[in-house]
Parts: sequence; C-alpha cells; structure tokens
Amino acid sequence: MLAWTIYISFLGALVLLLLPSRSAALVRILALTTTLVTFAITLTAFLQHRSGEMFTVVDHPWISSLGIHFCLKADGISLTLLLLTGVIGICGVLFSWNVDHRIKEFFAFYLVLIGAVYGVFLSFDLFLLFVFYEIVVIPKYFLIAIWGSTRREYAAMKLVLYSFIGSAMVLVGLIAAYVVSGSKSMSLGDLAGYPYSPHFQMWAFPLVFVGFGILAGLWPFHTWAPTGHVAAPTAASMLLAGVVMKLGAYGCLRVAMTLFPLGLAPWGFHILGLGSWRDVFAVLAVIGILYGALVALVQKDFKFVIGYSSISHMGFILLGLMTLNQIGLSGAVVQMVSHGILAGLLFAVVGRMVYSRTHTRDLPALGPMHLNKALPFAAFTFVIAGMASMGLPGFSGFAAELMILIGVWHSYPTLILFVGIGLIAGVAYIWRAMQQAFFSGTAPAAAVAPPDHPLPPITFPEKLGAGILICSSVIVGTFPQVFLNVIHPALNSPLFQGLRNGGW
Amino acid sequence: MNSINYGQLLQLAWPEIIVTIAALITLAADLVFFRRSPLRTRFLVAAIIASIGCVGAIFKLLPSSTEGALLGGALLSNPATHLVQIALLVIAILTLFLSVDSTFTDHVGEFVLLILLATTGMMFLVASQDLLVIFISLELLSLSVYILAGFDKRSPRSSEAALKYFLFGGMSAAFMLFGFSLLYGFSNSTNLVQIASAIHAVPLNPLVILAIVTTVIGFGFKIAAAPFHFWAPDVYQGAPTPSAAFIASGSKVASFFIFFQVLVLGFAGAEGSATWHHFQSGWVPVIVIVAVASMLLGNLVAITQTSLRRLLAYSAVAHAGYMLLAFVAHSEQSLAALLYYVATYALATLGIFGILTVTEKQLGNDKISDLAGLSRRAPFLSACLFIFVLSLAGIPPLSGFFAKFLLFTSVLAVSSGSKLLIGLIIFAIGMSAVSLYYYLRVLKSAFVADPPAETTPIQSPVLLQLVVGLLAAGVVALGCAPDLILNQILNAIHASGL
Repeated sequence: MLAWTIYISFLGALVLLLLPSRSAALVRILALTTTLVTFAITLTAFLQHRSGEMFTVVDHPWISSLGIHFCLKADGISLTLLLLTGVIGICGVLFSWNVDHRIKEFFAFYLVLIGAVYGVFLSFDLFLLFVFYEIVVIPKYFLIAIWGSTRREYAAMKLVLYSFIGSAMVLVGLIAAYVVSGSKSMSLGDLAGYPYSPHFQMWAFPLVFVGFGILAGLWPFHTWAPTGHVAAPTAASMLLAGVVMKLGAYGCLRVAMTLFPLGLAPWGFHILGLGSWRDVFAVLAVIGILYGALVALVQKDFKFVIGYSSISHMGFILLGLMTLNQIGLSGAVVQMVSHGILAGLLFAVVGRMVYSRTHTRDLPALGPMHLNKALPFAAFTFVIAGMASMGLPGFSGFAAELMILIGVWHSYPTLILFVGIGLIAGVAYIWRAMQQAFFSGTAPAAAVAPPDHPLPPITFPEKLGAGILICSSVIVGTFPQVFLNVIHPALNSPLFQGLRNGGW
Repeated sequence: MNSINYGQLLQLAWPEIIVTIAALITLAADLVFFRRSPLRTRFLVAAIIASIGCVGAIFKLLPSSTEGALLGGALLSNPATHLVQIALLVIAILTLFLSVDSTFTDHVGEFVLLILLATTGMMFLVASQDLLVIFISLELLSLSVYILAGFDKRSPRSSEAALKYFLFGGMSAAFMLFGFSLLYGFSNSTNLVQIASAIHAVPLNPLVILAIVTTVIGFGFKIAAAPFHFWAPDVYQGAPTPSAAFIASGSKVASFFIFFQVLVLGFAGAEGSATWHHFQSGWVPVIVIVAVASMLLGNLVAITQTSLRRLLAYSAVAHAGYMLLAFVAHSEQSLAALLYYVATYALATLGIFGILTVTEKQLGNDKISDLAGLSRRAPFLSACLFIFVLSLAGIPPLSGFFAKFLLFTSVLAVSSGSKLLIGLIIFAIGMSAVSLYYYLRVLKSAFVADPPAETTPIQSPVLLQLVVGLLAAGVVALGCAPDLILNQILNAIHASGL
C-alpha cells in the first residue's frame, strides 16, 4: 500500500500535464487531493506499524543480470520521515494557492518532486534509492528557475550542480560497494552485512557521507542552500528545507553509516586533534551550527535569515548522527522532522505571507510597514514558529535539540560549549528578524498602511497550512514518544548492527 | 586459402542482399514512377519501400537464422552480429521516417539509396573479422555518408561539411590502411584471430605499436573521439538533419562494435597496461589517453556552444570518451554495456535530431537561445526533448543513466582494486556532472525562458511526432526496464564467444 504514495504522486503529475482544462481551481484541487491521499496512506501505514520494525512493501526482481530489485521497505525512521513528507506536501500546495503562472507545470513538477522524495525514503535497494535521489534534482531546477525570484537561474543551476556533484560522489561509492562485495545484489541489507575491509571503508565512507552531506547542508558545502532557498518559490523552499535536505541527512544515516560503519573508527593518528572521520564531521557540523547562526544574525534579507538558520539546524542533525548513541541518533531523526516542519512554516511566513504581499524581503524596508498590525496572522505565526525554532519547550525543536545535546554530552563533552553558543545565537537571529520585520514600527496605529495600498488579507489556505504545521510541531514537541517508539526499534534493528558494534 | 562456398556466402549475406535489393527497387521506383509526384509522397513511398526491405532483413536475422563463418571469419553470422545488425536496421528505418518531411533535396531515390548502402556497409562491417573486409565495408559506409553529409546542394555549409568530412575521413582511412598493411606484413594474415596469435608468439615490437596507433587513429575518427573529432561539429551542423542523425547514430553503433572487436580480438596479447608503476605499452594506454582527452575536451567545449547541433557534436565526443572505458575493461560485460550504451545513445540522438528538423524549419536555425518558450509552442516535442536531453545527461530513470551505470559497474568489476580504473570512473562520473550544466542550458531555454513576443504554435508533422514519440518511449522504457534488451545482449555475446 505504501508504494502507492510514489505511484499516486507520479500519476497525479501526469494527469495534471494531460489535463485539457485550463481551470486553475481544478489543478489546485487535484494537486491537493493527490497530496492528501498520499498523506492518508502514510498515516495509515504509520498507525499500522507501531512496532517500528522493518517491513517489506514491494519486492520485485528488476534488472536480473545485475541482481537489482525494485525493493521498497520501511521502518520506524522512514515512516517518520514519510509522515513529514506527507504533511509538508499538503502544506506546500496550500501555500501555493496563489500560483497562476504555468500552474499545471508547477504542480506537476511539485508532485514529481514529492513522489521522488517518498521513493527515496522507501527504497531499500540502493540502485533504486539512487534513481529516486536523482529524480529529485530535476524538478527542483525547474521549480526554482521558472517560478523563483532573486537570481533564480543562477541559484537553480548552483543547486543542481551541487546536488549532482554530491550524487556523483554517492554513485562512485555505491558502485564501489557493489563491485567490491561481488554479490549480485544492491540491497542495502545485503551490502550492509558485507564485511568491507577497513581500508576500503576509510575512503568510501567520507565519499558517500559528504556526497549525501552536500544535500544536507554540510558546511563547507552548504552554499547552494541559502541561495537556493531564497530564490525558490514558497512551496519549493518549503520542500527544499523541509524534506529535500532531509534526504541528504537520511542518506548519511541510512546509507553511508550503515554501509561503512568502520569508516567512523579512529584513524590511529591525530591531525589537528581530530582522530577519525567521526571527529571531522562532528566538528564540521558544529561549525555549520555556529556559522549558520552567526551569518543569519547579520542578514538584511528576511529569507536569507531563514536560509542560514536551516544550515544551523541541519548542523544539529549531522552532529546528532555523529554522537553514535541511541539518544543522539534518535534526536537527529526527531530534529529532521522538527526542522522540516518549522523551516516549512518559516518559509511559508516569509515567502508567502509577507513577500508575496509586500514584494520586498528587506528587513529595514519591512519595518515601517507595521506588519504586526497589517498582517497580524503572519506576525503571530512567525512568533510561534520562531519560538519553536529557538527551542521553546512544548514545541518540536526543544525535544529534538535536547536529545541531541544529551547525546553530544555523552560523546563530545568539549563541543557542548560551542553548541550552546549556537543555541544562543539562534535565539538572537530569530529575535532580531522578528523585531525588525514585524515590530519595529514606532508610528501610531492610525498612520499604518496607507489606505490606497492595503495589504491583501491572509487567505484561508494559508491559515489552514500554518495551523497544520503549528499543530504538527506541538504534537512532536509534546508527544515525541510517539515517534521515539518507532525510531528506537529501527535503530536497534540488524541494519544498524555495524554502527553499534563498530570498531571505534 | 580454401575456396569459397558460394552457397554459404549467399546464406550468410542474405540480409545484406535484401537491403541492397530494396535500395535498388527504391531508386527505380522513385525514378520511374514517382518522378512527378509531390516531394513528400516520394519520400514517403521511398521510406516505405526501403523499410519493407529493412524489416525483411530483420526477419531474416531473428534468432532462428543461420549461424556460421566464412573463410575463417571474413563473413560471420552469430547472435552478436545479428543483434547489432538489427539495431542498425532499426536506426535506418527510423532515420528514413524522420526524413519524410524534409525539403532539402529532390533526389529522393538517391538519398534513400545512400542510406541503405551505408546500412549495408555497416552490416558487413560488424559481421567480419577480416581486416580486408572490414576496410572495404568501412569505405562503403564512409563514402555513402560523405555524400549524405553534402546532400543539401543549396547550402554551402553542407558542402563544406562534406568536404571536411571527406578530407579528414580519407586521411584517417589512409592511416588505418597503413596500420592494416603493417599487421599483414607482420602476421601474414588478415584474419584478426591469426594476427592475434602472431602477436602472441612474438613479444611486442615497434611494428605492432605503430599498427595500434594508426588503427586507433582510423577508428577514433569514425567514433569522433578526441583528438580526431574535428569533423564532427561541422558535419553535425552542416549536414542535412536526417544525414546528421544517421551519422551520429548508426555509424557510431557499427564503428564502436567493430573497433572493440579489432582491438580485443586482433590485438589480444598486446593490451599492455596503463597502471601507475606497471606501465606496459599496448593499446590500453592509448585508449586511456584518447578516452580521457575525449571526456575532458568534449564536456568542456560543449559548455561554450551556442548551437544545439554543435553542442550535440561535442557531447558526442564526450560520450565516445565514456564508451571507450568499456575498451579498457574489455570483458564480456563491458561489451554488453558498450552495446547497450551506444544503442540508447543512438536513440536519444536520433530523437533530438528529429526535433531539430521541426524547430529548424520554423525557427530558421539551431541556436539554443532560439528554443526559448518551446515548451509552450510545441508541448509534445519539448516533452520529448526533455526526455532525450536528460537521458544524454544520465538522469534516471532514463536509459542514459542505466547505460552509464552498467558501463561503470562493468568496468570496475573487471579488476576491482585497479587504481587506474577507479580513477577513470571517478573522472567519468565527475565529467558527467559537468555535462549536466550544458544539457540543462538546452532545457532552460526550452522550458524556462519566455517565448518571443509573437508566439505561434509550432506545426509539426504527425508522422514525425509519431517517430519522435516512439523514440522517447523507447528511451524511457529501456531505462525503466533494461531487462528488455540487456539479457538478449548478454546472451548473444556469450553465445558468440566474444
């Protein structure tokens, strides 16, 4: 059943393209229905498989001479992320309700992107995973290049080339893993069980990890992310930050770390105090946290603030992965969900609620518009989303970051200080952006918003989308147990055996 | 030398004979009956007659047909040659139907005749393991395509292309013949297997090395590998579209297959090695150099092109570089990967040229920037363009991706651990990341850029849409279900003992 998330999304895209009618409303409703149905399927699957253990969705021989299967499997981790994809997919459509320009193509590309994301999260055969991973790249390009804003063609090309270079690295690693194992199988389970020599893992691990890490915003390969997010239309930014970056992190965890666990083992010598790839990536993650937060602190463009905050939050995920203990790893997965929801929400506020009405994202220019009065709902949503992203208890950000911090405390006590600075900077940039964009007007209320240009009010789809995202964040924040109950069994499954018994 | 068994010759050469007869009938029919008919009718009738001939040949070739070898390999008939010949015939048929709406000539019969003669040349070419027959059929192929390149008499570009093609081609043929003569002098035979045993008996000597280099030059020209690619951009740009499509697809398929055979069978024992610290002269180092040069030059120069046809030419150079990696590995799997690659590459290239026949007629030229807004002026064609271009770029689930994947895996599988091969593969994958840039530029123009102010929908003939649609479906289907032909290729190669 779960496989239908992929098929339905692709079919939806096809139907939209072939639709003879020019009615925009019909196109929107079709797109919304498609995403709703896929979400319903993932939700059902989530509720059915409360144990979190891996189950097979589809397994067909595909390319017999290479032993490649069309094999979809899901466990607690992928179910959690599938659910996230479903939510973001729906909200993306809701926040794109105002798209008019070439609307059929827009939603067709959008649905292809969603379908491919579902595909990556479900694939258990590495060839299949790579196929879906690559399919993600192309719709991103067109969504940004056609419907984007600031320097869209540059940003789109940069994003695509970065993604493609990342996937080229992954491809090299996967082919090498396939050939070295000599088994006629590309199944993740089979390859993860193969004892690759430590020497091989030492170079294959960083290759694949960085390859996926590029998409996860790993510093210093993150530069595609802020420009890409800023140029993208709202729905595409939401998807990019919300789920596409998670694909990278998921690949790091699911592919790089399970295939080559010994790549995390100590080198046996130290360079600059770093003794293993694990140390290297942990430090890079912390640099990402700090760098993203500090750069976000000085941005003038509202969307760039959110763009850089994504780098910072993705740093938490990567750091969580490098802790290699259960609480850190599950914190990383929860953070994937949390950041997916919150980044989606923040981009929705900035891109849809504010920018498409004011036509500027310049923070000093937004101040005099008294957006807290003109667009109270936008201000309200941003305050909530900002608080959640700072890590206010009760929201998803708090639960996730707390778990990661505890994990880091166990594994890298020295890094805690820097992470703490990153957290404080996180409060600062959200506060600054919030204050400058919404609450900096000093004039009396009467002078606000000249009556000849009133900003259009927030529409119902936007309110609905924001509501869904806020609720999701609160649910994750207050009942993280719902997700942890399925994530923990997944992390304890044989697939991650190598990680727990690795030679570090 | 034993005497020829003419009965067997007739048996083995049946498909070629059918194609030749079809060519003659087409010519006669066009000259005698349809001289005064409208151009389109003449093209259509000629294409149909010629296709009937090709289809007849395909039926003759289907697995039930005879196998055997004449004169120790001067003319072969085995599953692998059948498969390649079928592919060539399919390409010929598709090219003929792509040309139905052309207006560049009124010598329809001659045009179709030349396409079929070139096809016959290719069919003999791939079915031989004898240097003499290889050379003669290569010349039959080459002379036909030289004329095809210059078939548009009204266009100076076309004549220029033909002349360049002819001069470069003549020179490379001379090199090749020189190499062949050295081989004959060395081994006293023109048969590839016997040459190989002669090479095997004597350690590598300068004569053989010279022969290797000249042979690589000769074939390198045919497959447009750097640095022997100089004709390609001009011919791709100047030749009439159907001719260019044929040169870019059919001639590639045949040349790659026979090049592989000549090197692997004829120079067996002279592979040498290009690995660091274990360098040993032979043909592998030569191929490595040519492959790296092609990938580098093809991809980098393609970035700066403004003409779609020239871009295709340089991308052809780059693809030749990838495909040469299969030679470096020279295993059964890598030959299968090579055939799969070149076949799917041919499909995508044919498709793009098919689209070019329409856009050029309506837009006047092949500038990439003039494709602006194509997606709204010709939605179907641009959807097909999307598929072809992304397949060339190697994006899944299209066949170009699987071809690359198969090629790289088969190359690495030969000797996992060889640093050279791993290095080459990494280089190739990196270069294909570069190639995405210029392929996306084409799509950007077609899908992202706004159309010029006065937009008229582009009219495209139904037949052409059908052919292009068929090609696109083929590219998608072979990518989603490679098993459709992959197992046949593997079995055929295995059964032929290549």
